[in-house]
Amino acid sequence: MSELKELAQKVVKMAQRSGASEAECYAIEREEFEVEVRLGKVENLKQARRRALSLRVIVGKKVAINYTSDLSEKALATFARDAVAMARYMERDELVSLPDPSLYPKRIPDLSLYDPNIAELPPAKKIELAKRCEEAALSYDKRIVNSEGGSCSTSIGTVYLVNSAGFSGSYRGSVISISAAPVAEEKGKKQVDYWFSAVRDLSLLEKPEVVGRTAGERVVRKLNPRKVATKHVPVIFDPLMAADFLSAIFSAVSGSSVYQHASFLADQLGKKVAASSITVIDDPLIPKGLGSIPFDGEGVATYKKKVFDKGVLETFLHNTYTAKKLKAKTTGNATRGLTSPPGVGYTNFYLEAGDADPKEMIKSVKEGLYLTSMFGFGANPVTGDFSRGAAGIWIVNGELAYPVEEITVAGNMKNMLKEVEAVGSDLKLTRDIAAPSLKFAKLTVAGSG
Amino acid sequence: MGKSFYSRREFLKRSAYGGAVLFSAPWWARGFLDFMPGVEVKKRGLPFVDHFGIPPEDIAKVIGTALARGGDYADVYFEYRVFDRFLLEEHKVKTASQGVSLGAGVRVISGEKTGYAYTEELTLDKLRQAADTAALIAKSGGKVVKVSLMEEKIPSRYQIMFPPAEAGVDERLSFLSQADEVASAYDPRIKRVIVYYEDELRFIEIATSEGALIRDTQPMLRFIVRTIAEDKGERRMGFAGKGGRYGLELLKVHTPKEIAREAAELAVKMLDAKEAPAGEQMVVLANGEPAVLIHEAVGHGLEADFNRKKTSAFADRIGDKVATELVTVKDSGAFENLRGSINTDDEGTIPGDTMLIEKGVLKGYMYDKLSARLMRAKTTGNGRRQGYSFFPIPRMTNTYMAPGKHSPEEIISSVKKGIYAKSFAGGQVDITNGKFVFMAVESYLIENGKITAPLKDVTLIGDGPTVLTRVDMVGNDFAWDSGIGTCGKGGQGVPVGMGMPTIRISHLLIGGTRKGA
Repeated sequence: MSELKELAQKVVKMAQRSGASEAECYAIEREEFEVEVRLGKVENLKQARRRALSLRVIVGKKVAINYTSDLSEKALATFARDAVAMARYMERDELVSLPDPSLYPKRIPDLSLYDPNIAELPPAKKIELAKRCEEAALSYDKRIVNSEGGSCSTSIGTVYLVNSAGFSGSYRGSVISISAAPVAEEKGKKQVDYWFSAVRDLSLLEKPEVVGRTAGERVVRKLNPRKVATKHVPVIFDPLMAADFLSAIFSAVSGSSVYQHASFLADQLGKKVAASSITVIDDPLIPKGLGSIPFDGEGVATYKKKVFDKGVLETFLHNTYTAKKLKAKTTGNATRGLTSPPGVGYTNFYLEAGDADPKEMIKSVKEGLYLTSMFGFGANPVTGDFSRGAAGIWIVNGELAYPVEEITVAGNMKNMLKEVEAVGSDLKLTRDIAAPSLKFAKLTVAGSG
Repeated sequence: MGKSFYSRREFLKRSAYGGAVLFSAPWWARGFLDFMPGVEVKKRGLPFVDHFGIPPEDIAKVIGTALARGGDYADVYFEYRVFDRFLLEEHKVKTASQGVSLGAGVRVISGEKTGYAYTEELTLDKLRQAADTAALIAKSGGKVVKVSLMEEKIPSRYQIMFPPAEAGVDERLSFLSQADEVASAYDPRIKRVIVYYEDELRFIEIATSEGALIRDTQPMLRFIVRTIAEDKGERRMGFAGKGGRYGLELLKVHTPKEIAREAAELAVKMLDAKEAPAGEQMVVLANGEPAVLIHEAVGHGLEADFNRKKTSAFADRIGDKVATELVTVKDSGAFENLRGSINTDDEGTIPGDTMLIEKGVLKGYMYDKLSARLMRAKTTGNGRRQGYSFFPIPRMTNTYMAPGKHSPEEIISSVKKGIYAKSFAGGQVDITNGKFVFMAVESYLIENGKITAPLKDVTLIGDGPTVLTRVDMVGNDFAWDSGIGTCGKGGQGVPVGMGMPTIRISHLLIGGTRKGA
């Protein structure tokens, strides 16, 4: 058994001996490597191994959390006792508890999250991948004369969870990612963009030449932008932007937002809140999925679920606590950080592909925006208000005409969900959150043109 | 008021008085605590406690290993962090979380290249292994380097009166319940109150191949209240907070009750908020908080790494006019007790007051050691990192715009039609094309020189190199932000401060759903 798992078990026992009614120890160990190259030369190289553990104790319905990355005997000697002592200062929270033992998986599924080829890839190979990626971006177009860099990083880690209710599990995972961020310049104005590939299986990694070329296409597409005047127009969110929108929707269906009434969907369970073309899935069991987990942050067995089904809000996402708050059942979506109590997160969260051909979607717009980037924090899950800084390509008579920047896109998510006019067929699960292109009938694009 | 019960926290019971090197701040930028009336208790610097147990001779060996394959510079960074956090919601302090993080990192710089490795096991052996790994960045050469480390004196910019670690848990918990009581009782429409308290001590030790040994103890405190008001199916959020490198005296001057009232008042006020008119508007930014504009519009664009690589919209523009003459912007880690203040940056340089834009002209960038070396400049002490698992890169400390001549009343009454923005939720910037956004969570219409209707969340977007050329009035009412901000860059967050007086911007684009600017 690994040293860290033993430590976690020991810590749980120490907590019980110190008076904890329930105890849960979450521990991680990770090996990280990152190389950044710039203009063909290695610029940074970082490598390390890290370990940390976090103990949650429930002492008569009072909770405290203790975290340490100092795993020496001296530090751990009082670790559990300190957590229990701190808990005694808290107030009772009758709904706090570890999950019912019937919810733990009988057998921890193997989701193929670990690829030894990633673990064994030598640093020289990783440097080569980063260089090839950047080189492909730099050579894509002669207006690309600079670069924020190319990168390759790997992370191999193991998660351990041990608790006083009898659960003891672990899983190992690996991720490799490459990216390029070229800078293009024309008429004295610069633009930057990036592309990436991140996978758990080395054989699935996108070729660095393809990643680099895509980054090059994306940055050149931004050159010589114009401004537009404020208008209400149809907006097509490209798949990355549609995923961004989906992450704002996630905040509104997260049990922790809902029980606090901090969600515009709080009292909409079971109601049709979106267009019939909207079906959203959370699936933790996709083999090699970037968001896949065999058990959640509290040890609960994970399963695939429909969050929205043809526009109807079927379920919120819960951990044990948020479920109790809303008289529901945990959906196995507990996340566990090292310094905080369990939260709620998505696993592999995606909007199902629709029928619309993305090219036809653009053709259908007489005047509007093809949205390719957003920034700023303006998606409010409490009110549904959505107002983000944006950039994209203006559509004129069904064609992508010219890039636009220094604009904002605004609407309200309540209405946006209902006013989805088309869902694209171009869904690709390249990250733990994904969506196909989405066309919204009308949003306000503000500009100073 | 008992002592903290944590046996592992070896804070010295005797007080120590830190060095007396204080930055002489301009009168208008002094921290409020200089004028705290009737308080006899002396401020004291927190002493450095060695949690690392590696004597300087051994650290010198690690540096020797780091440079054994060549390289121009190496450093070893030790960090021990201890924190306590309490969260109150539904009228109960439901969670307490405490933590310790301990680690050390070795960095080697060779030309433009950086090699970095870190470990959480602080033994000479593991440190030498890390040094060995970091050293791989250097191609060739290598020499026998024997460094003799001398401890360097640093200023004492965060003297505090009441260290949180010496206060009992109960005393600190009472801050949360006081805030909860006041916010909840403020108005029947307040449905949710969440209070967050956090205190932290960060002990760092930096040893460089230049022979310097620097040690610092850095306190931090944060207190935040969030509220949700509900009426007729509408929900609005309110928010207020206070923080900085203070002890609990911060909460005796800016009381939890005051902060709670502010948060509740905002949520209730925003229930009446209307859609903002989208399009270009004249904008007045209140003093303090809205300085996130400075941070996003020019701050990041003036970090030396982006300018060395020429990816910033401000690259090669030193000497250019980038703002009106009314605008002077600086970055300074030297102000007392502010969230972004530091006695030393995370590679051993003491930051002073760095001029960035002087009367509209771009004067300089913010450098760390690497960019200074490569750009033949002097480091300005802006080399910072989130923790031991990162190597330092140029980061801001406290970034601010100096005050001008107008009174805030003059500025507001000068506006026929515009927006007055007061509280912000943060912002973001693309330093290459210069576009930035920031989000106002509290703003109002200005109509004929008067502040009128409250507006719903407003996104403001602009272009860094041009927005400051539109600043046509600068107020005399300088204020710092509330001291709770964190800046993210390259996947790492550092605590920062920002400040400015009330200013008027001739036109800025407002994002919204309603046409009618």
